[in-house]
Amino acid sequence: MRHLGEAKLAENKQIAIDVRDAVKRYGDFTALKTISLSIMDNEFFTLLGPSGCGKTTLLRMIAGFEAVTEGAIYLFGDEIANLPPNKRPVNTVFQNYALFPHMTILDNVAFGLEMRGKSKSEARTKAGEMLELVQLSQFSARKPSQLSGGQQQRVALARALAPQPKVLLLDEPLSALDLKLRKAMQLELKHLQRETGITFIFVTHDQEEALTMSDRIAVMSAGEMQQLGSPTDIYERPHNMFVADFIGETNLLEVSVDAINNGRAVCHLGGGHELTCNAVEGVDIGSKVHMSIRPERLFMSENPAETESLKGRIKENIFVGTDITTIVDLQDGPDFVVRTSNSDRGNKRIFEPGTEMYVNMELGAGRLLAD
Amino acid sequence: MAAGATSGGSATTDTYKEARTWLLLPSWVTLSILVLAPVIMMLIYSFLTKEFRGGVIWEFSLSAYDQFFFDRGLFGDEPPKLEWTYISIFWRSIWQAGVATLLSLAIGFPTAYFIATRSEEMRPVWVFLITIPYWVNLLIRTVSMKFLLRDQGPLNDFLINIGLIDSPLHIVNTNFAVQLGLFYSYLPFMVLPIYAAVERYNFSLSEAAADLYASKLTTLRRVVLPAIKPGVIAGCILVFVPSMGSFLAPDLLGGAKNFMIGSLIEEQFKGNAGNWPFGAAASMILLSMVLIILMFSARQQAKADKAEG
Repeated sequence: MRHLGEAKLAENKQIAIDVRDAVKRYGDFTALKTISLSIMDNEFFTLLGPSGCGKTTLLRMIAGFEAVTEGAIYLFGDEIANLPPNKRPVNTVFQNYALFPHMTILDNVAFGLEMRGKSKSEARTKAGEMLELVQLSQFSARKPSQLSGGQQQRVALARALAPQPKVLLLDEPLSALDLKLRKAMQLELKHLQRETGITFIFVTHDQEEALTMSDRIAVMSAGEMQQLGSPTDIYERPHNMFVADFIGETNLLEVSVDAINNGRAVCHLGGGHELTCNAVEGVDIGSKVHMSIRPERLFMSENPAETESLKGRIKENIFVGTDITTIVDLQDGPDFVVRTSNSDRGNKRIFEPGTEMYVNMELGAGRLLAD
Repeated sequence: MAAGATSGGSATTDTYKEARTWLLLPSWVTLSILVLAPVIMMLIYSFLTKEFRGGVIWEFSLSAYDQFFFDRGLFGDEPPKLEWTYISIFWRSIWQAGVATLLSLAIGFPTAYFIATRSEEMRPVWVFLITIPYWVNLLIRTVSMKFLLRDQGPLNDFLINIGLIDSPLHIVNTNFAVQLGLFYSYLPFMVLPIYAAVERYNFSLSEAAADLYASKLTTLRRVVLPAIKPGVIAGCILVFVPSMGSFLAPDLLGGAKNFMIGSLIEEQFKGNAGNWPFGAAASMILLSMVLIILMFSARQQAKADKAEG
């Protein structure tokens, strides 16, 4: 379904959140350096980056908890940067859930509805429906402390969705859950987003989570946006070293570009090894840059393959369940990590440590990075 | 192995229990001598017969309590009527202490909230500043307050100088002066527990409330106050209870007309004119009143906790 993400965006969609030249400074420290991005209606949009990259700051600026130092934020065309949080039709799922401890689950979910002017009984009826949606009806009379982390998480979600916000903001909502529950919640969130049609802005530091759930991802680092694109874009065509390194596992090689012909760049890596890959803008002949090759794009063979081959020796095989990770020592060159899927064992070979063999890839498997 | 481990564990538990008993012993002894024994002595004295120049005769008598509640005429031979003198003093004490508590709450709550929302380095500094005036003896502070508030005192001078009033306000020897005195004496007892509660409060709850369209006032009422209620209740008890039995502020700032229960008790033990059993009985009545109030608030709290589960 993911390839439809881009097609969906190409349709004439409204812009839900438009951040224009937003800057956030705390005294001398700049947390966010001039960011502009448009988030489409009905989109599952993820802000991805390591801690301290400014992703949460940006989310809190959209929610209204942080003032915008410079720039503007529009919500469906309305300037909201100067509105207090209670005047913005967006709701937040907090990292620590922030459920009201003295209220029942039902009253927690009904709170926002009541604040929007619904009568107590009306709010409670609606809240009951929301609890049904997240399958927690039987807990409506309980207090938050009586629920497990995963259940509290779903209450937080129901509470934020109940007032039917135009945009839902999620601040690392799954980070406190264990792996299995997190995987289940990822799917549940994705389904919920599809069902409700509400724009989700999701903050996470977990690249796998971002790839699984998002229509589009903004990768952030050090207060700057590094790349904006679909999960496929970001994984397969990273713009720079930070993105290539942060998203997934990769072989990062220092190369120098020897020649560029017909859109192909011939690159030289240490020890007389040569690789050809697609040329990219901003990388000229003679420049020393990095090349990223995903481990799963590599395969091993006894004899050199017709495409690109490098001679090497097996250092180590590591069994990781679905895959086998092999570390290959290139003669006079860098180490390579090769991943072979266990489901592909019929076609691809695994060699014993110490064996000399060839590491191969298709043309274009390597990706040159501009910086 | 398993058996050995188990017995080792229980041995440790026993050692802990024994150590705990011994470590708690000094507290138990001190509390028994300084709290329990005086209360029992007071209880016994309240049922004795008074000696005319102070002191007691060891003879059982209910006359102290009788004197507190009933009027039997000058020679004690008329049919008993309810005696309002002491009950009204009692009522005034509750009233004065209540007003002082409300004043402390009105000033103490914002103060505590302010301190708790400062940066982590500044909070201890503010708490320290709050406690500095209380290093001075209570008596000296109360006397100073009388000088500040009197007709020719700095407060009135100031108000006249800025043209707010023409003639001095008579503050000393009024109920209000007593309330001010009590409020000032016990303010930190309100600030500190509320400060502790607000400091523990998770401010992302306020953000969540604002995110769900609650105004600042609604957030305070529906989210912040319920969360810090235990601190507020503790503060109110810590101000109300000592205020009720206080005698310095009413004596010095209230004058003869604004007598409170603390002063009444004090009188009974001063010089030769006192009545020890009557003083003891009044103390017992004060003590039971306070206990009833505390038990009531504890029960309310327990009920609220139970409702919260």
